[in-house]
Amino acid sequence: MTEQTNIEKKGVALWVQIVVWVFIVGLLALVGFGLNKARNPMAALNEPVPDFDLVYYEGYEYKDTPQMKLSDFRGKVLVVNIWASWCKPCEQEAPDLEEAWQLYKDGDDVVFVGVAYVDTPAGSSQYLKKFNITFPNAPDLQSNISSILNRQMGVPETYFIDREGILRHVKIGPFGSVNEIQKVIEGIQ
Amino acid sequence: MFESWKVKMNHQSRPTLHASRNTQHATRIAYLVLFLALLFASFSSASAQSSAPTDDEVNAIARQLYCPVCESTPLDVCPTDACKEWREQIRTLLAEGKTEEEIFEYFEQQYGARVLAEPPREGFFWLMYLIPPVIILAGVVILFRSMSDWRKKPAPVEVEADEIPAAKDDYLARMEEELKKQK
Repeated sequence: MTEQTNIEKKGVALWVQIVVWVFIVGLLALVGFGLNKARNPMAALNEPVPDFDLVYYEGYEYKDTPQMKLSDFRGKVLVVNIWASWCKPCEQEAPDLEEAWQLYKDGDDVVFVGVAYVDTPAGSSQYLKKFNITFPNAPDLQSNISSILNRQMGVPETYFIDREGILRHVKIGPFGSVNEIQKVIEGIQ
Repeated sequence: MFESWKVKMNHQSRPTLHASRNTQHATRIAYLVLFLALLFASFSSASAQSSAPTDDEVNAIARQLYCPVCESTPLDVCPTDACKEWREQIRTLLAEGKTEEEIFEYFEQQYGARVLAEPPREGFFWLMYLIPPVIILAGVVILFRSMSDWRKKPAPVEVEADEIPAAKDDYLARMEEELKKQK
């Protein structure tokens, strides 16, 4: 035998509900705004690469200028190689990159820039000396450059930017030969 | 001639004697200088050893930093070569006399705030400090309200015997009768 009893359920006050919802919506808006602000603009294939600047390692400057801005390289093909001293596949392509740089450096039409991704200054210095790298190199402070270039997998990754500052080719992983690097550059020129 | 030779000999032997004494003196000075140099070298080596950061000192800072490459791995336990390099970087900075705060600042400038175990108390990072206590507080309020609702829930309503309808009363009487017959 059951008896139905009416239990009066006390609801949450309307003003409390409003305050809670306003707080939650405000918090989500704040998080969204913060994430959007923290995010760098990203490059996409066949799109202009957002401008960025780098401060070169001492001894690895381009034409004796201590820093570079991407927009300064308009009119030249820019090859940006992202590497790290702790990355074994980077060692595989380092001699090829240097050899390719030797082919283009006098022409002043193609510029190579190495960007050391999350590396120590000592590690970077050892690596550059080990492979006799002579093209300009700079650290990727706070991973800003790899973020702007939309690094996809890891290191090494190489980005080919044409004379108008448009990203034309992305090589993920190490190059197999100097010829492979030349082919990509010739395709852009 | 002999005399003169003797004199000569004595005369010649004197400078030899002087030279021997001088050599001994110079040797003693050389030994003293060598001893002092060794003493100084051992002291400077000892002081260099005592000022060189220990592994414990390096790890005390490394455990407050995260590997920038391998996600969610504190730097002190990270086994990769890259992490070894970063620990060496901490050692170098400590040897240069940098404080813990300065080392954290250096790592933040180089690799971003994501490497810090404790995010900086500024800007957007404040949300990381504010949201968890707010969520815990909201949880406590909800729990408290729910518990007070459970306490207020009325006990099952007791039904008086005289409120039982007559039809059911008859049914019970018949049932009892049947049971008695079976016995």
